[in-house]
Amino acid sequence: MDWGNLQTVLGGVNKHSTSIGKVWLTVLFIFRVMILVVAAERVWGDEQQDFVCNTLQPGCRNVCYDHFFPMSHIRLWALQLIFVSTPALLVAMHVAYRRHEKKRRFRNGEKIDIEELKNEKMHIRGPLWWTYTSSIFFRLVFEAVFMYVFYYMYDGYQMPRLMKCEAWPCPNVVDCFVSRPTEKTTFTIFMLAASGICMMLNLAELCYLVIKVCMKGARKTT
Amino acid sequence: MNWAGLYTVLSGVNRHSTAIGRIWLSVIFIFRIMVLVVAAESVWGDEKSAFPCNTQQPPGCNSVCYDHFFPISHIRLWALQLILVTTPALLVAMHVAYQQHQEKKLLVLTGHGDPKHMEEVKKHKMRISGSLWWTYVCSVVFRLLFEAVFMYIFYMLYPGYQMVRLVKCEAYPCPNTVDCFISRPTEKTIFTVFMLVTSSICIVLNMAELVYLVVRACARRGQHNSNPSSGKGSFYGHKLSSEYKQNEINLLTEQDGSLKDMLRRNPGLQEKGDRCSAC
Repeated sequence: MDWGNLQTVLGGVNKHSTSIGKVWLTVLFIFRVMILVVAAERVWGDEQQDFVCNTLQPGCRNVCYDHFFPMSHIRLWALQLIFVSTPALLVAMHVAYRRHEKKRRFRNGEKIDIEELKNEKMHIRGPLWWTYTSSIFFRLVFEAVFMYVFYYMYDGYQMPRLMKCEAWPCPNVVDCFVSRPTEKTTFTIFMLAASGICMMLNLAELCYLVIKVCMKGARKTT
Repeated sequence: MNWAGLYTVLSGVNRHSTAIGRIWLSVIFIFRIMVLVVAAESVWGDEKSAFPCNTQQPPGCNSVCYDHFFPISHIRLWALQLILVTTPALLVAMHVAYQQHQEKKLLVLTGHGDPKHMEEVKKHKMRISGSLWWTYVCSVVFRLLFEAVFMYIFYMLYPGYQMVRLVKCEAYPCPNTVDCFISRPTEKTIFTVFMLVTSSICIVLNMAELVYLVVRACARRGQHNSNPSSGKGSFYGHKLSSEYKQNEINLLTEQDGSLKDMLRRNPGLQEKGDRCSAC
């Protein structure tokens, strides 16, 4: 069970998304999931082993590492990606429900082509519009929450080379050194930028959907 | 651990579940199995190698203390929990397969054994009624039971669900009391709480599903008592006409003379036979 399965599930949703939604999905999978798996995991792979502290006191290194990294970047990004992609499943469930209703009507005698039903693209209107808009809204909220959590946990987005640790059992103040700080900062900024782009795409999609509905409403009244 | 194989098996069950059952399955796979595989396993990966103790006592003290405080690792407990919790759904899958087999046999006996009808049997969704209802309810009850048991085991083994930074160890061969330090305790606590919350959500979903099934069965029984002619049978009992049902009964009675006698004695038995036991 890995990111591949998530991609399969979300690929199905792609068919019923707007064009901006499709762009968002592509950015998500290529610039975030793929980068996370292919590159970022290697950079953070030795984060605890190569976190050295200038002391012989056993336990000090563990405690300092835990103090400065309550949760690793990699896990935070993985959770962020899982949460951000989940609202799209709401849309998938709604589409499946609509198809099921159509099949039921077919069984009760109405003439509908079953094959066409499977490949049909659902138009985003009515209750599906509300589901879709809610899913975009939740995506935005999750992205914003995780960006804030990142900022709050790591005091900004930069990885320093040296951290001064005073937690027990370290004697006095101990210097601890982070492994690959520049590479980590580069990847953090990259993931941050990708997250920002995704947020903008979500905002654009939200505006597009709202404007489309308003224009339809205006056309109906005139 | 081949979670993908489990996913394939359980996706088949998805089709015959209620809507709540499908939500439960999604929560299990996305928020529990995926988080376990993608994140939690790397957090607990170095739990033994990065468990230093403040002692020079080689090397037994470290191992003994680790074993004393972690009789079974969180990761293994969660993996066991997920396997046991998802397994009752296989009971439902087996029952559905058995029912489909019976329907296919019936079709062949009544001369509708062509590939098109066989495909339809495979594809149509089974209604959760009759003995399938009991199997489904049992599977939900077992899921609830397993979830509760594992949450209790977790609480017993790791009181408070929190991971501390320092543990004091007095097991032989450690001299006196030795300080041992756990790796990444905060991250572990965060994931423990996360898995606990998702487990509770799954328990709530299972209870909701149980209540829904019971209420639906009672409502159906109420409907049936006021309208006894609405019999329940298999999918084909509805699709084909009463003529088909009569043919089916004729065929069975030809094969078994005692059944004919029974039917002659109790003419109302023919209709009663369609009724499910729990609706």
